[in-house]
Amino acid sequence: MPEILKIEDLKVHYGVINAIKGINVRVNAGEIVTLIGANGAGKSSTLNAIMNLVTSKKGKILYEGQDITKRSTAEIVKSGIVLVPEGRRIFPNLTVQENLMIGSYGRSDKDGIKRDFDFVLSLFPRIKERLKQPGGTLSGGEQQMLAIGRALMGSPQILLMDEPSLGLAPLLVKMVFEVIRKIKDEGKTILLVEQNATMALANADYAYVLETGKITLEGSGKSLLAHEGVRKSYLGVK
Amino acid sequence: MKKISLKINLILTIAFLIGIYFFLSNVNILGDYWSRIVTLVAIYSIMAVSYTLVNGITGIFSLGQAGFIAIGAYTSALLTLSIQQKEMSFFIQPLIWPLNSIQIGFLPATIIGGLVAAFFAFLIGYPSLRLTGDYFAIATLAFAEIIRILIQNLYGVTNGTLGLKGINPYTNVWWAWSWLLVTVIVIGSLKYSSYGRALRAISEDPVAAKVMGIDVFRHQMMAFVISGFFAGVSGALYAHWITTLDPRPTSLGVMLTFYVLIMIVIGGLGSITGAILGAIFFAFVSQWLRIFESNITIFGFTIPGVPGMSMLILSVLFIIVMIFWRRGLMGKEELNWQKIYNFFKKVEVQNE
Repeated sequence: MPEILKIEDLKVHYGVINAIKGINVRVNAGEIVTLIGANGAGKSSTLNAIMNLVTSKKGKILYEGQDITKRSTAEIVKSGIVLVPEGRRIFPNLTVQENLMIGSYGRSDKDGIKRDFDFVLSLFPRIKERLKQPGGTLSGGEQQMLAIGRALMGSPQILLMDEPSLGLAPLLVKMVFEVIRKIKDEGKTILLVEQNATMALANADYAYVLETGKITLEGSGKSLLAHEGVRKSYLGVK
Repeated sequence: MKKISLKINLILTIAFLIGIYFFLSNVNILGDYWSRIVTLVAIYSIMAVSYTLVNGITGIFSLGQAGFIAIGAYTSALLTLSIQQKEMSFFIQPLIWPLNSIQIGFLPATIIGGLVAAFFAFLIGYPSLRLTGDYFAIATLAFAEIIRILIQNLYGVTNGTLGLKGINPYTNVWWAWSWLLVTVIVIGSLKYSSYGRALRAISEDPVAAKVMGIDVFRHQMMAFVISGFFAGVSGALYAHWITTLDPRPTSLGVMLTFYVLIMIVIGGLGSITGAILGAIFFAFVSQWLRIFESNITIFGFTIPGVPGMSMLILSVLFIIVMIFWRRGLMGKEELNWQKIYNFFKKVEVQNE
């Protein structure tokens, strides 16, 4: 499969704290790739660096062979990389429909927007019933659906997801991963950051383990699921 | 509840506008004093609506409104003053060329006043919109104060502390209310366009808005410049209403910013109709409270009037609103016929 996103020797620091100390990540088109790791390992920083939301970073980020390291967030979104931010961050006083329309901001292909809108509604029938409601009145799970739907409205080639299962009941976590697989079936690439390592690894084509800003392990999702170190540290299996 | 159709909405709106028209054409019946207040209501409304675009809809806390109003006021006044009047007023230092030899009409002077204010909004917005929250508020507050002090000291342009006198009283009910209509149409259609949706998204969560591909800086800048334009226009109208200008802090200084802030907070931050209601409230209440500044006799006792007492009472009112009624009259919503209908329906149900 062709490589769609490549991170070369990425370093991020906040003041004197080095959050990421030089990592290399490759993402193949049409795959689910996951980054797992403990709190503060640098997972979210990696995604924020790709979106150019951090102030100081070193290294290179290549998207479809082009260097996007210095591009603005708006340009990156336009070129086809969209982030589902951690903690959902929907707009609580905008209606659900307005939230979704914000996702398609900057797009001018009306037919494409209509198609994506229908796709999102077919993916989340619960959202469809609540289009006129303010986003803030949705439940936590529905808000996560809305956040994913909003990102899909940007017609991404790559969807970056930052802890989509955070704070959700087990049943909803399962549902989120079902949705992720459906998005993959649409031919989209997904880079997933998760603390729920079991679910993430079970669904991933390829996975990286981050520890205090460095990649300590990588491999296919299944092989890491069977790896003894991973099982001990992240899956809680003795 | 019954939903009001678009057709009825349109008819009611047109009827409302015609009603306003008849009210304004017969405003002279109320006498000179009250017709001046009705004009002031419109001027305050323009100030408030332009301010709520920045502080309410876009959600950036600016305290520079008075600076833009002052720029619009001085620019337009210097353009409409007659040449003889200018020669008479500027006796410490003569007015610089070319201002000393031109006099133009009221409408172009108002528009130029707005444009100059918008240009300054761009100049101040470009560096300070990189700041967020309180830092931005302080930067804009400082900017407004810089403008005021420049006005106070640039004798060759603004006549400094002597101020400008004898400005033609062009502003009448029609000028003020027509400009208010323009302001409401422009800012209202902006609020409900896709730009406006982006602005409201920014006000709720700037980081999430940025992640969604919205260029936050450019949008805030646009809102700030448009707001600056209408603030300048309101300043021009104000100058030709009050006919004298001077750079005291209580006239075109920081106090004015706080007056407008009170209007939009009472009306509800982010609501255009709320801003207008707040302006009406402020205009009438601040006039009415003047009775506390003169001597009052109750049961034979005379309470001496205290200058500034009206402001004190208004401030207490403001604090009460902040504590018990933080969303103001309208919150972020707009007043429309549906809401009025629902309100009366509710009253009816309660009475039965």
